[in-house]
Amino acid sequence: MRLNKIVKGFAIAIPLFALAACGSTSTTESNGSETNGAEAAQESNVVVGKVEKILSPAEKQLLALQELRKEHIIYFDFDTASVSRSFAMLLDAHAQYLRANSSANVLVEGHADERGTPEYNIALGERRAKAVSRYLEGLGVNASQIETVSYGEEKPLDNSRTDAGFSKNRRAVLVY
Amino acid sequence: MKLFTKISVLCLALTSLGASAALDIIITEGIDSARPVAIVPFKWLGEGKKPHGLTDVVSNDLRFSGRFSPRAVFSMPQTPSTASEVDFQAWSDQGIEAMVVGTIKPYINGRYIVGFQLIDVLRAQITKGQAKILKGGQLVLSNDHILDARETVISAKEFRQYGHRISDIVYEKLTGDRGAFRTKIAYVLVNRKKPEFKYRLMISDYDGFNEVEILRSRQPLMSPNWSPDGTKLAYVSFENERAQIFVQDIYTKKREKMSSYRGINSAPQWSPDGKTLAIVLSKDGNPDLYTLDIATRELTRITKNRAIDTEPSWSPDGKSLVFTSERGGKPQIYRVNLESRRINRLTFDGEMNLGGSITPKNDHLVMVNRSRGKYHIAKQDLKSGNIQVLTKTRLDESPSIAPNGSMIIYGTMHRGQQVLGLVSIDGRFKARLPVRDGEVRAPAWSPFIY
Repeated sequence: MRLNKIVKGFAIAIPLFALAACGSTSTTESNGSETNGAEAAQESNVVVGKVEKILSPAEKQLLALQELRKEHIIYFDFDTASVSRSFAMLLDAHAQYLRANSSANVLVEGHADERGTPEYNIALGERRAKAVSRYLEGLGVNASQIETVSYGEEKPLDNSRTDAGFSKNRRAVLVY
Repeated sequence: MKLFTKISVLCLALTSLGASAALDIIITEGIDSARPVAIVPFKWLGEGKKPHGLTDVVSNDLRFSGRFSPRAVFSMPQTPSTASEVDFQAWSDQGIEAMVVGTIKPYINGRYIVGFQLIDVLRAQITKGQAKILKGGQLVLSNDHILDARETVISAKEFRQYGHRISDIVYEKLTGDRGAFRTKIAYVLVNRKKPEFKYRLMISDYDGFNEVEILRSRQPLMSPNWSPDGTKLAYVSFENERAQIFVQDIYTKKREKMSSYRGINSAPQWSPDGKTLAIVLSKDGNPDLYTLDIATRELTRITKNRAIDTEPSWSPDGKSLVFTSERGGKPQIYRVNLESRRINRLTFDGEMNLGGSITPKNDHLVMVNRSRGKYHIAKQDLKSGNIQVLTKTRLDESPSIAPNGSMIIYGTMHRGQQVLGLVSIDGRFKARLPVRDGEVRAPAWSPFIY
């Protein structure tokens, strides 16, 4: 599901990119703000244009990774702590970033839904945080860059106590 | 504080109307097993306005115990103030088994003399209050229908507390069990809409009155647990962005960090002798039980298992811990003998059982049972292994047993909000603390304080 969204995001973003690159002279960049653009055009005798930079494949990838890293929540099934395949790309992006920036640290917060007891859920949240930590280590991230903390059911994202709410709360969050 | 004042005012208003006070009562099955009693409003022997808030406290206490059904004041056949004024026939005709009568007299310096008698109406109806015994060769009135009679001097501020004291006396005389009406509860209040200090650790009387904040935090607070002498609370605080165990003196504000190992520091539980904390640490890999000697800070590892072990709770004799473990697959409750370290499994019924604790009489295990996806408070007979599910509410958690074993307080849901519920140990009586602005979590019933 989430992966799908990301792929769709690319599908939209890349053509937009191309469009922007073609029609690059249309925008006005004078001292006036956009609201009085017409007036500015009357007073100013020049219109400044620019060329949209064409990104190299490496730059494009970096941009995509940056996009991916904006996503920092990994969701889990009920009473489980295994990282689902649909978060592979997302975690890959974070791992690449952490590998490239050895001074960067990440805190992995583990959370549980409100079912069961708060103390058991602390243990479950820790297991989720550690599962994500191990996953990142498996991708070559240095263990010293990762810290984990479990908040159990104490910090729900969704307070509704519905099945939809529960599934939002069973999560690990990467915090930089 | 403001909110609580509002609630108190509302409660007082309700009380004066003769309705329920701090607890909403949900009448479920078994209400006819409650014994009919009468708490007659005490007679005011002074000038001016009668001081309020004594007999209604007693009535409410006895009703909330689930074992008594106090008669409403308007349906009383008479309002006597001493045993000699009581028309025993009239009260026994109404099925009243026992009654409390009394007087309030003004004393010096704004204090009052309060006197009361607890009368066994059934006995008095048989003897007409004229039972005699032989004393010094003479027949004298035995007054054996008067189960207790006391007189004391109190200030207006002490009325609630003295009401609870009368309730304790009545409860013990009529049931043979110690009353727990002068106990307290600790709990965590969470207001997620607050910009900061969302988490507050609170203490109140068992019925929700006299609420006091003892800690306020920007980060979660969890698992409060009382020291056996009722002067300190152990709890988990995330104030340093990680779980740490603290102990706080509730009277002096003194706080001490007890445990701050790498990983989780969770579920502190005071041993019955007050010298040791059972805690859960994951510093050696995954959550296991440890004991921490409070004086020496010596740490002893109790369980060593690849699965989650958590939620330790002491047996009344302090010789074993019951705990939740996933070692058999799903979480179930096990018991470890602290001397032999032998572990045996206690629960087998239901998809999961969590958060177990043993009743003060050492006869039942109280826990959270998951069956068909529903989480309810249940108890298991330790001898027969029979399970009884006690609650029907939603997402029940954190059961804590009253020190006399009569009631369980627990976290539950009501109209989409987390509140505290009460259920009697036989499951017949249920009550609910009022809905607050925010969530009420992690209740912990104090030991006997007085």
